[in-house]
Amino acid sequence: MQYFVSVIDDRTNSGTDEEMVAIDEFNDRLRTGGHWVFAGGLGAPETSTVIDGRGEQPLFTDGPFVESKEHIAGFWIIDAPDLDVALELMADGSKACNRRLEVRPFLA
Amino acid sequence: MNDAIARAHQEQWARLVATLARRYRDLDLAEEAAAEAFATAVERWPLDGVPPNPGGWLTTTAHRKAIDRIRRENKRDDKHREALVLSGLTGFSDGTPPEPLGAIDDDRLRLIFTCCHPALGMEARVALTLRMVGGLTVPEIARAFLVQEAAMGQRITRAKAKIAAARIPYRVPSARDLPARTSGVLAVLFLVFNEGYLATGPGTDPVRPHLTAEAIRLTRLIRTLLPEDGEVAGLLALMLLTEARRPARVSADGSLVVLAEQDRDAWDDTLIAEGHQLVRERLASGIAPGRYQLLAAINAVHTDARDARATDWSQVVALYDQLVRLDPSPIVALNRAVAVAEVDGPDTALAAVDRLGDALDGYHAFHATRAELLRRLDRRVESRAAYDRAIALAGNTAETAYLSRRRDELG
Repeated sequence: MQYFVSVIDDRTNSGTDEEMVAIDEFNDRLRTGGHWVFAGGLGAPETSTVIDGRGEQPLFTDGPFVESKEHIAGFWIIDAPDLDVALELMADGSKACNRRLEVRPFLA
Repeated sequence: MNDAIARAHQEQWARLVATLARRYRDLDLAEEAAAEAFATAVERWPLDGVPPNPGGWLTTTAHRKAIDRIRRENKRDDKHREALVLSGLTGFSDGTPPEPLGAIDDDRLRLIFTCCHPALGMEARVALTLRMVGGLTVPEIARAFLVQEAAMGQRITRAKAKIAAARIPYRVPSARDLPARTSGVLAVLFLVFNEGYLATGPGTDPVRPHLTAEAIRLTRLIRTLLPEDGEVAGLLALMLLTEARRPARVSADGSLVVLAEQDRDAWDDTLIAEGHQLVRERLASGIAPGRYQLLAAINAVHTDARDARATDWSQVVALYDQLVRLDPSPIVALNRAVAVAEVDGPDTALAAVDRLGDALDGYHAFHATRAELLRRLDRRVESRAAYDRAIALAGNTAETAYLSRRRDELG
């Protein structure tokens, strides 16, 4: 089962050196445990572009599509047998990156 | 006959749902098959007589219902086909009895821990536990929490959908997580009990014995499953000692009767004896008590006094001191202040209560406590104002009636 884990933040690229070290160590643990699928940090919401390709001509507009104080600053995709394992792992992930996380299952 | 079915429902519902849920890995299916099995019992037992082994009959019938349902939905949903394969159900539907299911009690624990999973919202945990473990119907739960039936149905459906989609495991937590997760289960049961003992809303009876009874029944069940857990014993004792006072708690005219004014002869001695026994057992264990055990011990002191004046208030304050160290919340401090008033006088207590004003200004009991203390200090104008605030904030009809009477007595 794969879970999408978003990092909740109100700033962008705000990780400190210490946090980056802790995240690297945490990611190594994910890889060793066979939980790693993918992870990455994201640019600021203001750097996003919204696409609507449903019409005849695709429409491009300045993002983000939702304005909010907090946004997704990065994400993990992890593999875990069930939610308890995912939550236990990502509790450490939250500690490592020093941010709140949201864990969401992919559709089975 | 109705008694036999009601008793079977009380004794077998949780076991049945739990067993089915493990076998088919689908809470929805488990709930529906169990409900159908009971519906069939309601039809058949009056005609055929109560089967010699009602539990076995219900289990077999529920499995048949589950298989029927899987067959019907097979094309629609591959997951069920997978469950069928996983559970090794071959030959069963042609009359072969189901294989023994092993640790059935563990299944009920699995069910309870799944329904009270921290990834679910508190309201969903309460509703799901009452439905899946308690066997209450959706309309019953909706009435208990003053929610529309459709909304309550949706709350339960959504919770089940989350359990399936996010893959919340059907498992007893690991030893390391067990204390925290058990405490989550107890919080759900305590909430159900409190809602029965002092309904928060005005649109319902002030005291609802079927909810307190259900909470006690489920806590007893957890106690048989986790007999070593001191907090489970503590919560059960707390509920029993509280429930014991229920007959004296609301007057004939629907007004709340406070502890000091209750007719202690109306208290239930059997429940008190059982509660005291549990508290003594926990004391004898020598293990430091948790929150529920301390609350139970406080209630044991109260129920030990055959007359309100005989209450050992210094013992109550000492127990609250222990509780404050575990749980430094303002509500505990408020309750401690009530006991302090009896030992050190209303002046000292009022000073302690006034320090909680920032945290508890929206809480009716804060103003009710202030009102009582101010009244004892003969500060009538302030007391009246505090009663007014308490009445405006209180939801329970018996409590409102009591507070209004006390205010009007000020003259």
